[in-house]
Amino acid sequence: MSGDHHGSDAAISAQVRHVEALLERRGLVDPVELDRALAAYLARSSPANGARVVARAWCDDAFRGRLLADANAALPELGLSMGGGLQEQRLKVVPNTDREHNVVVCTLCSCYPIALLGPSPTWYKSEAYRARVVRDPREVLREFGFELDPGLDVTVWDASAESRYMVLPRRPEGTGGLDEEHLAGLVTRNGLLGVAPV
Amino acid sequence: MPERFALGEHVRAARHDPPHHCRLPRYARGARGTVVDVGGWHPLPDDRARGLPAELEPVYTVRFTARELFGGGDHAVTVDIWQSHLSPAAEGASR
Repeated sequence: MSGDHHGSDAAISAQVRHVEALLERRGLVDPVELDRALAAYLARSSPANGARVVARAWCDDAFRGRLLADANAALPELGLSMGGGLQEQRLKVVPNTDREHNVVVCTLCSCYPIALLGPSPTWYKSEAYRARVVRDPREVLREFGFELDPGLDVTVWDASAESRYMVLPRRPEGTGGLDEEHLAGLVTRNGLLGVAPV
Repeated sequence: MPERFALGEHVRAARHDPPHHCRLPRYARGARGTVVDVGGWHPLPDDRARGLPAELEPVYTVRFTARELFGGGDHAVTVDIWQSHLSPAAEGASR
């Protein structure tokens, strides 16, 4: 567990402001352009995007196959991408099944597919979650109010490098009559991280 | 830097503890796991953080048992690890 970032947010913010001011003074960065790019990126980033991806995968087995094989290649089918930052990030979608449950964490900081999940929740960035979910995921999920079937295998995906992870939850029973749009409405951000059932 | 490990191969995460940034999570250091995916090629953050030139190298998704990492638990944890932080692991060996 890295504690590198703990308690140093203010210092890092000051450093970032200093570097930003230097870049602006030397004409290397236009502050208006920076704000505009950031605002546009965040406006496009929402857990509704991840929910749409999941609903499509529930309704279309061929899409599900493409999504699990190469998520970056499948996202454009829904008008989505993992671009928006400096470079496109690799996304891996991990499917929950009747045998296996998946949970996502970044033990280093808070890496996470922002484009598909929106800005990350505070608990995801907390040292308590980051340190504990890799050691005892069943207990951490219990604290989220999610009692996992003891027969399920659990895999925790630590996204502390260059890949980002999203969980493909199981389709809830009794939803055979719902269309894609209504199915998407059932999917929550916590479900996409594996800390809640859908 | 060519790919050194194949899917399904047993690997051991480095045990080192350098004074500079090291992207290998502490809890995985010295542990033995299995390569389950290759997640692209990227420069080693340990070198980039020090302003050193870093060539692209494979980053592997390595699956560890909780028992191997923490001495207990029935789950698995996968960690994305740069090739420089991995070495081949003999079958059956434990840390």
